[in-house]
Amino acid sequence: MSGNSSYNPTGAVEKWFDERLPIIRFSKEHLMDFPTPKNINYWWTFGAVLAFILVVQIITGIVLAMHYVPNSELAFDSVEAIRRDVNYGRIIQATHAVGASMFFAAVYIHIFRGLYYGSYKAPREILWILGVLIFVLMMATAFMGYVLPWGQMSFWAATVITNIFAAIPIIGDPILALLRGGFAVDNATLNRFFSLHYLLPFILAAVVGLHIWALHVPGNNNPVGVEVKSSHDTLPFHPYFTMKDLFVIVVFLIPFSWFVFFAPDILGHPDNYIPADPLLTPPHIVPEWYFLPFYAILRAIDFDMLFISSKLGGVIFFGGSIIVLFFVPWLDGSKVRSGNFRPLFRPFYWLFVLNFLMLTYLGAQVAEGIYVLLSKVGTAYYFAYFLIILPIVSRIETPAPLPASISESVLGKAEASGEKG
Amino acid sequence: MVMNKSRNVFKSLVLAAVMGLTGGLTGLAQAKVVGLEAELQKWSFAGVFGTYDVNQLQRGFQIFQQSCASCHSANLMSFRNLSEEGGPQFSEDQVKALAAEYTIYDPELEDGERQAVPADRWPAPFQTELDARAANSGALPPDFSVLAKARGISQKFPYWAFNYFTGYQEGGPDYIYNLLVNYGEPPADVELPDGQAWNNYLGRGLAMAPPLGDGFISYDGEGVPETLEQYAADVAAFMMWMAEPHLVSRKEMGFRVLTFLFLLAGMMYLVKRKIWANVKH
Repeated sequence: MSGNSSYNPTGAVEKWFDERLPIIRFSKEHLMDFPTPKNINYWWTFGAVLAFILVVQIITGIVLAMHYVPNSELAFDSVEAIRRDVNYGRIIQATHAVGASMFFAAVYIHIFRGLYYGSYKAPREILWILGVLIFVLMMATAFMGYVLPWGQMSFWAATVITNIFAAIPIIGDPILALLRGGFAVDNATLNRFFSLHYLLPFILAAVVGLHIWALHVPGNNNPVGVEVKSSHDTLPFHPYFTMKDLFVIVVFLIPFSWFVFFAPDILGHPDNYIPADPLLTPPHIVPEWYFLPFYAILRAIDFDMLFISSKLGGVIFFGGSIIVLFFVPWLDGSKVRSGNFRPLFRPFYWLFVLNFLMLTYLGAQVAEGIYVLLSKVGTAYYFAYFLIILPIVSRIETPAPLPASISESVLGKAEASGEKG
Repeated sequence: MVMNKSRNVFKSLVLAAVMGLTGGLTGLAQAKVVGLEAELQKWSFAGVFGTYDVNQLQRGFQIFQQSCASCHSANLMSFRNLSEEGGPQFSEDQVKALAAEYTIYDPELEDGERQAVPADRWPAPFQTELDARAANSGALPPDFSVLAKARGISQKFPYWAFNYFTGYQEGGPDYIYNLLVNYGEPPADVELPDGQAWNNYLGRGLAMAPPLGDGFISYDGEGVPETLEQYAADVAAFMMWMAEPHLVSRKEMGFRVLTFLFLLAGMMYLVKRKIWANVKH
């Protein structure tokens, strides 16, 4: 969707620039004039929220790296020194730590919005795949960041998560040694995690660039899922959506600040205020909340399948739960995008949302009794939703009639045709 | 139309709240299956308006100094912190005099030691971990610096879920209080190893003998009861300050930030509505 700008360089400097590096034209086209469906609702603002948080994380992270010491003897105290002695350090550190949680809260809303409104369907498959890639990069970055304070949970999370790779046949052990930089989690692990934790966000930012590029080719999906047909269906990005997005970013900052200033530790685990001790395993190792659904899936496979051990099985399902997301555009064959017009799809979708919340809960519980069974049921439904329900529903479902255009859905039939005439 | 839009905003907020709520499901699974339910205390520093009680912190310091510090270190606390804003707020002269009572060991000095100054960290009671274990029947007394944040209490559903909205952050002090006041005789069927004391709150023995009891420490002035409960609360409050010395200024800034954000959000909403006023969407 380029070439929709009315940009005319005014003045000698702009003209000179436009013939050499048309960056002003580019900005005008993509940041101001970009035609955006006028019916997109507030769920569509989370892309902007996520871009904002990424910037916050990178800025706070760069400042923290000026004071942090990536050494197993000094890391814990250096984080405390930031909180105690660096000017505004406690705010910067809390913003970064809480920011990770906020990042995931927003990304889950963003992903579930895409799943409901079929934003992954043609011609937006690559947009979706880049999004899943961003999600994977986020998880890797967040995990390594969590290790850096070198508390008990940091250390044991690093041990448990790197150990996952050991389950891979043949190459598992070399990978494990490469990740840890030795035979056990130690100073070498901390050093490489710090290095990668600083690197990955910039790769992530580059993929975000591609994600937005891939968005600006077909343009936004919208709540009725009907493609833009005419200029009546759209509004320029600025000022309509810049203003709407900024408003939501400010609203989003309210719970964000609540946690930063009034409950900075509530999203973490008390054990991470105990310095890492390789000789003392905490009684109950739990990851951060945003990994819990996948952690529940990992633990749900506690039985051997044929020649596959329970450990390898868990890893396969754990990895599979992410990998399956890459294939969603082809698993869901329905031509209708929006869940609003898919009566059979909707109950399964909401069940999937509830199931995901249940897995989150189960990931935090001790693996015993009823929780084990529920984890298995939840894991089964997670995969069934993508591999069985989506393909079948899209074949047997009779969708509700779609409006002819976005304008029609907004204005009603009579008025829309009047506007066109 | 406006109704509809504000309902959308509301829905987004509800969802954000739900995400936040499921967000914190971790953290609460302290593996304490035996022992007593923690009795929650009223802390002056709890809640959004909570601040430290300077007198309580001074009393807590006295307990720390006269009792705890003989075994426990506090490696991240400097003497100067004791005179800082938001803490026990001893005068600078008091802190100088206090520091002068302590000796800092430093092998690079001519005599290997010197008098402490306010900039020094609180000196540890034992030089090495081995010394500490040798003096405490093999157990290592944990460092106090952030101990109040390294402990928590377990709560049943749905009580922990409210914490995200009340900002309950006092699990550590509550744990410390309950531990200190619940020493007792072990059950008949339990035989404790030598050097262990039974604690009803933990439901197990621990290497720390009951460190406090009624009348153990005499407070200056009148009016504050010299009871185990009072000591426990005072020292727990002091430990919370040690772990979170900037709590008061943090909350103060939080009020300014949130007030600003609410006002800005309101104005942003009005501007947004104005811009969209003539668009049907």
